Amino acid sequence: MNKIILVIQREYLSRVKKKTFIVMTILGPILMAALFIVPVFLSQMSDEVKQVDILDETGWFVNKFEDSERFKFNNVFTDLETAKNKLSDNKGYALVYIPKPDVSVPSTAMIFSEKQVSIDLKGYIRSIMSKEVENQKLGAEIIKEIRKVNPDFDPANPESSNAGNVVSEEILKNIKTNIILTSIRMGEAGKEEKSFTEVSMAVGMFAGILIYFFIFLFGSQVMRGVIEEKVSRIVEVIVSSVKPFQLMMGKIIGVGLVGLTQFLLWVVFTMVIVGVFQQVMPGKLQKQQTVESFNPGTRIPSGTESAQAIENIEAQGSMDKLIEAVHTINFGVMIFSFLFYFLGGYLLYGAMFAAIGAAVDNETDTQQFMMPVTIPLILAIVVSQFVINNPEGPVAFWFSIIPFTSPIVMMVRIPFGVPGWEIALSMVLLVITFVGAVWMAGRIYRTGILMYGKKVSWGELYKWLFYKA
Amino acid sequence: MSYFTARNITKRYAAHLALDNVSIEVPEQSIFGLLGPNGAGKTSLIRIINQITGPDEGEVFIGNEKLAPHHVDKIGYLPEERGLYKKMKVGEQAMYLAQLKGVSKSDAQKRLKYWFEKFEIQAWWNKKVEELSKGMQQKVQFIVTIIHEPTLLIFDEPFSGFDPINVNLLKDEILNLKKKGATIIFSTHNMASVEELCDNIALLNKSKKILEGKVKDIKTTFKTNTYAIDFDGYTGTALSLLPNGFTLLSETNQDDMRQMVVGLPVKASQNELLTAVMPHVNIHAFKEIVPTMNEIFIKTVNESGNFSENI
Repeated sequence: MNKIILVIQREYLSRVKKKTFIVMTILGPILMAALFIVPVFLSQMSDEVKQVDILDETGWFVNKFEDSERFKFNNVFTDLETAKNKLSDNKGYALVYIPKPDVSVPSTAMIFSEKQVSIDLKGYIRSIMSKEVENQKLGAEIIKEIRKVNPDFDPANPESSNAGNVVSEEILKNIKTNIILTSIRMGEAGKEEKSFTEVSMAVGMFAGILIYFFIFLFGSQVMRGVIEEKVSRIVEVIVSSVKPFQLMMGKIIGVGLVGLTQFLLWVVFTMVIVGVFQQVMPGKLQKQQTVESFNPGTRIPSGTESAQAIENIEAQGSMDKLIEAVHTINFGVMIFSFLFYFLGGYLLYGAMFAAIGAAVDNETDTQQFMMPVTIPLILAIVVSQFVINNPEGPVAFWFSIIPFTSPIVMMVRIPFGVPGWEIALSMVLLVITFVGAVWMAGRIYRTGILMYGKKVSWGELYKWLFYKA
Repeated sequence: MSYFTARNITKRYAAHLALDNVSIEVPEQSIFGLLGPNGAGKTSLIRIINQITGPDEGEVFIGNEKLAPHHVDKIGYLPEERGLYKKMKVGEQAMYLAQLKGVSKSDAQKRLKYWFEKFEIQAWWNKKVEELSKGMQQKVQFIVTIIHEPTLLIFDEPFSGFDPINVNLLKDEILNLKKKGATIIFSTHNMASVEELCDNIALLNKSKKILEGKVKDIKTTFKTNTYAIDFDGYTGTALSLLPNGFTLLSETNQDDMRQMVVGLPVKASQNELLTAVMPHVNIHAFKEIVPTMNEIFIKTVNESGNFSENI
């Protein structure tokens, strides 16, 4: 047992200390951060002035949106259907619909558009709305505070207050508002598609592709490692100290840990880069701005209204604001299953890659064995594109249950919501398969690593499975 | 008292029989030559000793214990096809391989320092293996083979790739290890080194053991009662000097010195030859021609059947 840890240690350290690892660790996050940042820049580069209609049922935001070089805001006062028709007739860019909330302050809005709405427009709308709502709430809070001191205070006449500065940090915290902005694409046939499925698509596809790359990148590293040991002939020295199975598992686990390390470093560095970018160029990336000013002249909602509003807001306080509609995704399930499929898929394919490495004498000979291993992986990515459009269909179901494709396909499906039993079934099958694959790989490995100068066929590999140790 | 025993080992690979009922006994603190042509089964036997594979039939003992997984730490193995991680630093690698054999980190450090100094390679500690010359790599490999102070050592062609100076260095170390108590199994095709180092040998051919015993005894059994005489001062034919029943095997003439190699009849003694020759020539040297291990090897293998075609 101690020896397998030594093997893991060596496999891990020898890779982490390599220059390519360090370069990849630095380059990866720069590329990933660029993925977040570049679209923002690109969306700001278009010079056309776009017409944005505002249908504000609350009346809070009339004339609050200021025209810029890129957007012209236009208030409409009709019902939603008419406004939508008008938008398509006038070739407008987007329609922002702010429905009247039932009880509390406005906190939701919808953007209807034919094309994907640019992120900076969404950011702008959200920041104006939240600033406005926060200002209103702050006003209400202050009036409440002032009334505690001076019950006769008349909000219509702000000068009658004599309470001094009553804005406490707690109030500032309480009034923080999260605006939920849903973008809805209006299809050609007038069919409306909720845009948060796009977010699910993006998240699912991203996770699927990440697992695909991880399996390929680090699976082939396992294979190369095995070939290296075989070619350099050190393997015979090593297997006179440790069991071939220990050597193989040590390698697979060690390389897997390298992958996890790289992945975690990427996440951290990407967050750091995006964070720094936000600091350096505030407002470029959508982000909520805290309320810094209080305008006494604005309309102040009544006391009961704002008290309710505050309750409401507290309930939403911890929401993730970065991507709209992200709240439809269950992040607990998402992260757990990502890690599970990440590791499960890697172990399954890592074992197969190790077996291939053991069966050949050099990397050029790997091709005949690589095909059957890479085909399910590529198939999974191809199928994902159908799955994303129909995450409940039979194709999606079967490919997310079959263990050779499930790590990728299931990850694509999960953001759309998958029944628990399907996830459980897929996971159990994956575990069973990788235990089986590791067993078979161990047998092929054991025989293969000491076999030189022989062109190995599939039939040969099959025989190796039943050799006695 | 034998330290290592293999009893009736049989090993099959699919259709190929690699070892056929082979038994060997290696006395404690001795050097045992495991000989045989390519494909005879030596590597299979060595791999069984190292527990890289297991025998289909038969038993293996170390000391008085049946071979078990924990014995790997007592065995040092220098394979014929050797290698190190090319991209790894020499010191790091030696530490790793020592620890894999169960040596603690601090012990490994101490012992490696000793050996690296002894072999004068301490300057290479932080170099990558690929930067080392082949001979240097071999030294590193030798060190990691013995670093865990194994009681049973298996050297497969240990001298290949060494220059004559380093071959001597290595021979001395091997003899030293024996003196310190190690039992050594030594597989080679270099019969000169077998004669020089080995106490006992076993000869395998075509998966079977065909010869076994003390080197001294084997050589005695293979003696053919042949003697060589260096002489001068005689102008007649050598044959005319020999008594009846004696055969002249060869005759050479170099400068003024002549040599004849004579085969004696079964019962005859070498003194009869001397008595017959002495009155006529000046004898410069008289020696018995003892077969070399090389000759014994070739003779025995050929007699037992041709070289195996299975490599």
